[in-house]
Amino acid sequence: MTFASSARSYIFANVKSTPLTKHTISHAAYAGLRALIMHPRLSPPCLFTIMPPTKKQHSIRSFADETCLNNIKGASVAESENIVVEAAERIFADLADSQEIIRTANGSWKAPLWNALSEAGLTLAWVPEEHGGSGAGLADGFGVLNAAGRYALAVPLAETMLAGWLLAQGGISSPEGAMTVAPASPRDAITLNADGTLSGRARGVPFAKEAKHIAVVATGAKGVSIALIDVSACRIDAGLSLAGEESNTLTLTDARPLELKPAPVDFTQNSLLLMGCVVRSLQIAGALETMLDITVRYSNERVAFEKPISKFQAVQHNLARLASETAAALAAATSAADAISNARIFDDAVMLEAISAKIRCSEAAERATGIAHQVHGAIGFTSEHILHRLTLRALAWRDDFGNESHWAVELGKMVCARGADELWPLVASR
Amino acid sequence: MTAALRFDPIRLPPECEELRKEVRAFLADEIARGTFDPHQPHSEDNDNREFAKRVGAKGWLGITWPKKYGGHERSYLERYVVTEEMRVANAPTRRFFVADRQSGPVLLKYAPERIKMDILPRICAGEVCFSIGMSEPGSGSDLFAAKTKATKTDGGYLINGTKIWTTSAHIADYMIAVFRTSPPTKDNRRHGLTQFLVDMKTPGIKVNPINQMSGQKEFNEVVFEDAFMPDDHVLGEIDGAWKQATSELAYERSGPERFLETYYVLTELVRSIGPNPDARAAEGIGRLVAQLHTMRRMSVSVAGMLSAGKEPVVEAAIVKDIGTLWEQALPHRVRDLAAFVDADVTNLPTLNEQLAFATKIAPKLTIQGGTTEVLRGIIARGLGLR
Repeated sequence: MTFASSARSYIFANVKSTPLTKHTISHAAYAGLRALIMHPRLSPPCLFTIMPPTKKQHSIRSFADETCLNNIKGASVAESENIVVEAAERIFADLADSQEIIRTANGSWKAPLWNALSEAGLTLAWVPEEHGGSGAGLADGFGVLNAAGRYALAVPLAETMLAGWLLAQGGISSPEGAMTVAPASPRDAITLNADGTLSGRARGVPFAKEAKHIAVVATGAKGVSIALIDVSACRIDAGLSLAGEESNTLTLTDARPLELKPAPVDFTQNSLLLMGCVVRSLQIAGALETMLDITVRYSNERVAFEKPISKFQAVQHNLARLASETAAALAAATSAADAISNARIFDDAVMLEAISAKIRCSEAAERATGIAHQVHGAIGFTSEHILHRLTLRALAWRDDFGNESHWAVELGKMVCARGADELWPLVASR
Repeated sequence: MTAALRFDPIRLPPECEELRKEVRAFLADEIARGTFDPHQPHSEDNDNREFAKRVGAKGWLGITWPKKYGGHERSYLERYVVTEEMRVANAPTRRFFVADRQSGPVLLKYAPERIKMDILPRICAGEVCFSIGMSEPGSGSDLFAAKTKATKTDGGYLINGTKIWTTSAHIADYMIAVFRTSPPTKDNRRHGLTQFLVDMKTPGIKVNPINQMSGQKEFNEVVFEDAFMPDDHVLGEIDGAWKQATSELAYERSGPERFLETYYVLTELVRSIGPNPDARAAEGIGRLVAQLHTMRRMSVSVAGMLSAGKEPVVEAAIVKDIGTLWEQALPHRVRDLAAFVDADVTNLPTLNEQLAFATKIAPKLTIQGGTTEVLRGIIARGLGLR
């Protein structure tokens, strides 16, 4: 069930036009209501006051009048498929504006942004309600992360969502606060020891230094397990991504997990990495969308040789290539997200989709960032300009969960092992 | 802007997969009876009339057209499946491909009823071949510089001038061409061209072959000397051909033929590399497959939009720009990756033969049907830059 449908069924069942009724509601309905409240088509009517959340439940006070209620029950919102994404975008626009972030050098923007995301139920979007999350569908969550890419979002939303998803695969409830996942590279592995402790090293773990907990895929004598560990149980070394974000080496030495459960049949470390690839692909595609937007706008504003540079054919052709690369990234990433959202297992077809997305988005990132900077000229290279927030993240995201060279080798091996005459049937099956 | 960049993840519906099985079985049967060799990429060029009729009998031509014209009222996505399976198999589609993709839809939209009833059923039966008369010696990408003149006379028009680079004109029964009926106006240089249906048997039409560097003989020069076109062969608005071109181009530009033209070399490379590639070969193949998959997903997305009655002109231009550059580079990438293939591998001669052909046709791929430069102009317009 999606946020929006949870919220709607809740409203139908409970909300009356009586003013100041107190209701106790689930996390999912709460998140959905937040989304509805922030929905642009419903503003300005303020329908609900949000009470401070308790551990398992949120309460609200409704003081909606008849018109507001009809509005909310009415078709215009009911038909809106993207209510969760729109709610997320609203938070990003208010609290993650790139220009604001550059102005606020001390990082004071982070806490309000994180709090808003977590209050709206977005950080645990992929965690089912019975495990303490808001139970959004995979597709809704992918949409949120594509939007996060458009804002070059620099808090561990994607990582916490991934961790929540991973823990849910093992039936483990998600704790509060920021999380990340390990391993984040196909070259690393975590071992489950016979005594139930974990050992191993994971490099390039995004935001490990900012996380409270880490969701881990570990392999032991009896197969694959999923574990939740507290960050205090492991050593976390300093490290930064290309974009200057925490990207740390995690060392586990006989670390005792808080929870440990066997992974579902067929679930491997690659399942996590491929899911991570699709998430990063969507983020890259989002960053490219904004890059295209601001680059086109700048080319229309910037005058050189007595006309806007957008009027020069050479510049137009570069911008057309930027649009094509953005389109390719978006198509590859949304196709892979759609494939995973509708797949039960990670078979060859899902592998093709997820790997292709990571490869094609990474290639697009290289080409698109080059063109965006070329069109912006020197101004785009300054630290005051927002372009670097997009370019450096689009480039850095290529490195997480296995870079495109690694996955190209894997895809090539798969294609060769299937044989020449099975290549087209595989491609055509998508 | 983002509205111009919609590539929704459209999936082919189940009926398409059923159809795909039928097409594959049909093609396997045709290969078994020796109609064509799937390893010979130029077999696609063969004017195979009998094959065309059998495809027509299967109901795979005019798939989307109304039944009263011989069509089958099935979806555009089903047509997509037939097209891609034929292309990948290197099937000899020369006789019917242009008529089915492009000319038929133009006739459906603009031809008088009598002509529709006469020609469309014959296209569906695989009996007629069409060519497209756009380029002239002084007018290629700049279509609106066309000079071939249509002068009004009793009951019709007299055509004088020359079309060039006209694919299949030597075997075509008909041509859909643009001729000048009026001079351009000051404020609209695109004004004054009219689309005509040309019966190639009309006296006064001479077709001269032009051989290509690839060894293919598909190009022609078509000379018109007082060739008479009756009034009812005018397609659409007189002087207004420019208004009619755009939707046609979306069909022409986004199909699977815009990235599968040299696909066979990739299959043959995988065959010659075998089941255990080294890292270099695996990475190269992996990247090519990722790029191919992405383009196909984009192309299917455009097909879905066309199927829904939209006119995704910019998206189609993006597919053709990326797709033709990819299929043009493909033989060169495959050559790189094949460099270390064991000389004793049995299919190496086939791969080399295919590479030679693909390398020779590669330069034309970014020229035909709208050059890279024209496409980027269209994309730039979509971005609001001109």
